[in-house]
Amino acid sequence: MSNTILDINNLVVSVGKKPGATKIIDGISIQVRERETLCLVGESGSGKSVTSLTTMGLLPKGTLVPTSGSVKLVGEELLSATDRRLRQLRATQMAMIFQEPMTALNPVVPVGRQIDEVLRAHTDLDGRARKKRILDMMEHVRLPQVERIFASYPHRLSGGQRQRIMIAMALVLEPKLLIADEPTTALDVTTQKQILTLIRDLQRDHGTAVLFITHDMGVVAEIADRVAVMRQGRLVETGPLDTVLRNPTMEYTRNLLSSVPSLVPRPPRAQSREPVVLEANELGKIYKERSFFGKGREVVAADKVTLTLRKGRTLGIVGESGSGKSTVARCIVRLIDPTSGGVRLAGREIADISRRLLQPHRQKIQIVFQDPYRSLNPRVTVGESIAEGPVNYGVAHADAMKRARELLELVGLPADAVSRYPHQFSGGQRQRIAIARALALDPDVLVADEAVSALDVSVQAQVLELLDEIQKRLGIAILFITHDLRVAAQICDEVVVMQHGRVVEQGPAAEVLTHPKEAYTKALLDAAPGRDWDFANFRPVSEGVGATA
Amino acid sequence: MLGYLVRRIFAAVPVMGVVALFVFLLLRLTPGDPAAILAGDNATPERLERIRTSLGLNEPLIVQFVTWVNKLLHGDLGTSLISNLPVMKMISQRVEPSISLALATIILAVIVAVPLGVIAAWKHGTWIDRFVMGLSVLGFSVPVFVVGYLLIQVFAIELRWVPVQGFRSIFNGFGPFFERIILPTCALSFIYIALIARMTRAAMLDVLGEDYVRTARAKGINEVAVMMRHALRNAAVPVITVIGTGFALLISGVVVTESVFNIPGIGRLTVDAVLARDYPVIQAMILLTSLIYVIVNLLIDVAYTLLDPRIRY
Repeated sequence: MSNTILDINNLVVSVGKKPGATKIIDGISIQVRERETLCLVGESGSGKSVTSLTTMGLLPKGTLVPTSGSVKLVGEELLSATDRRLRQLRATQMAMIFQEPMTALNPVVPVGRQIDEVLRAHTDLDGRARKKRILDMMEHVRLPQVERIFASYPHRLSGGQRQRIMIAMALVLEPKLLIADEPTTALDVTTQKQILTLIRDLQRDHGTAVLFITHDMGVVAEIADRVAVMRQGRLVETGPLDTVLRNPTMEYTRNLLSSVPSLVPRPPRAQSREPVVLEANELGKIYKERSFFGKGREVVAADKVTLTLRKGRTLGIVGESGSGKSTVARCIVRLIDPTSGGVRLAGREIADISRRLLQPHRQKIQIVFQDPYRSLNPRVTVGESIAEGPVNYGVAHADAMKRARELLELVGLPADAVSRYPHQFSGGQRQRIAIARALALDPDVLVADEAVSALDVSVQAQVLELLDEIQKRLGIAILFITHDLRVAAQICDEVVVMQHGRVVEQGPAAEVLTHPKEAYTKALLDAAPGRDWDFANFRPVSEGVGATA
Repeated sequence: MLGYLVRRIFAAVPVMGVVALFVFLLLRLTPGDPAAILAGDNATPERLERIRTSLGLNEPLIVQFVTWVNKLLHGDLGTSLISNLPVMKMISQRVEPSISLALATIILAVIVAVPLGVIAAWKHGTWIDRFVMGLSVLGFSVPVFVVGYLLIQVFAIELRWVPVQGFRSIFNGFGPFFERIILPTCALSFIYIALIARMTRAAMLDVLGEDYVRTARAKGINEVAVMMRHALRNAAVPVITVIGTGFALLISGVVVTESVFNIPGIGRLTVDAVLARDYPVIQAMILLTSLIYVIVNLLIDVAYTLLDPRIRY
């Protein structure tokens, strides 16, 4: 039995100090041992991040307060430790890496100096020794050209490189505990895989205990030794990885696992003979960066993208960040103007007609965006938001509002939601509102740009189901942009795989996602976390072969 | 960096050109005869004619403009209608007091206001924060001349520590310069302290919520380093903007302070010129003020690129 590094016992964290205040964390107990990775899993609002910040002593002062229980690091109580003692422990005994490598580093300080700060604060090494140690550590986290990166500012580095810098910063003093708060959520799958492997390897070399926080069951399957499931500030279930994935005892865990979309594509639907509603032909978009004098830079965001979408079908565009998938979507909807190529919407060429002539065609194609928190105007009621489109096209206000009520019911919300404001709804509900808003114009094509990416899995599953149902009822065509192969596998009839603005591979989803032809598609599928697990059926994929088919 | 600087200086040329054109047309396009405006109400026909010839008013407009700009580039801003002195000379005599006062004010304001703002943000919501904010409301609401006369009353008349009024050049010794500039500086900096402290606090509060500040704390470095190294530098951009525009405003807006403390600066020169309709002086002042704004903006932009490596033009 190895040593317990982190021992959280019956921890309660409340909003403010008053007795009877709302409890954000309500009596959770977890232990992390040496050389062990404990995955803390939960949906948003489950309190997993608060747990980690409590351990680090980084809770926002005065608003969230640990009111009872204990948090012990190698036997030392942290809740009663002084600020000074906590500062000493940070980076030396416990370290943390965060979700957003883009914002977690100070933009105006070279990254080498940011790592150096840790050594300055906690060691007596001289400048040369510190630099050597930092460069060693940077090599250790497999950064290339360490001397150059040492002097670079964060914005010059990729997301993966920044996260490596964060890891180097966290581990340079070999702390006993590493807390990783969604460290790969903001990264592309291929980078995510590298970072997960890196954390695993470093942990093995140094015997670090890792508290890994994530919402992604795929990641859990990749990295966890043990799993703790949290929900609304309580611990639902905890146990070894295999046990939790195979035999979850609690209803909530079962639901959570069942909601994880499978990488195995859904059974293909019969070939469609319906008319083509949307066609992109050799679509191209070049961004020109103009400079005051001299030549500007050109960025090819989309290059000769050709795709076809039939009525009642779903076409997925999948790719990592910077692949050009959103650019293509925005060109098709004409939110931005393509530089070359054509877009035919219901038989009419719209790529190069003027904005004024385009106006009557706009209603045939509608878009739903990624972030439901920012895509609805917070000062306008839900009903007005939905009715605005039809009113623009000449529908009487009263009729448009009546339609808004119907649409809200169609997307599974009460009709009286029309008079409420967006902040009164959850993320999933807002995305339903956004869908209702798009449908208000009776479009032929619905473009969903990462429309479920910001949602928790259980909500994600519901929204995907809703889209499917709407498609069956209204025969609408859906262009579905996503970085998530699991989601693509569950909703798309055809997929287009994009990389660096080009189409790498396209074809029926069942074909492309099971027998990819191109190396890049293979790499993408390979990097998908938890690809060996069939979560919804509580077994590894290999055991399921033959059983379902 | 150097290339950027050169490009920016070149970009300032058209701006100054437009200002020059405006200043030129100011006199030519005002209704009525410019010569009559310049000569005043009871001028003889001979005098009018003399003014016309000297300004070249009988030439085509474009020729007049070229001649005027040409003179301008040679440092000839014309002659004052009141004192008959070259405008260039009048202004150059008056610039030093104003620049001294503006610089002293902005330096004092920054030294006092930035730490106040940082502390207020750091101790956000406590009595320290409320105290600083209260001070800043006071700074905004008390007029400069009130503060000025109060300071004179206390420090010059009652305590007799410093002279009541006047100005001495710093080139004639620091002591006399300092004891005369200190009171106007304090009076004038009051409002700027309020402004800059507010801005610093707001910018700091924004930055303190950023992820990298949390990262810095997670590293176990002390709070002072978190504040100075990580927060303040990131909060600096809006603060620098306020300081810069504040300085430019100071140059042209010091007239009240100059009057209270009887300082012979350009603020008073401008007011006198406007009251006397001394057009050549007014024109020169507009040009000078715009030039200062252009230069200050240039300096602000350069400061941005130094502070934030992400800003590139």
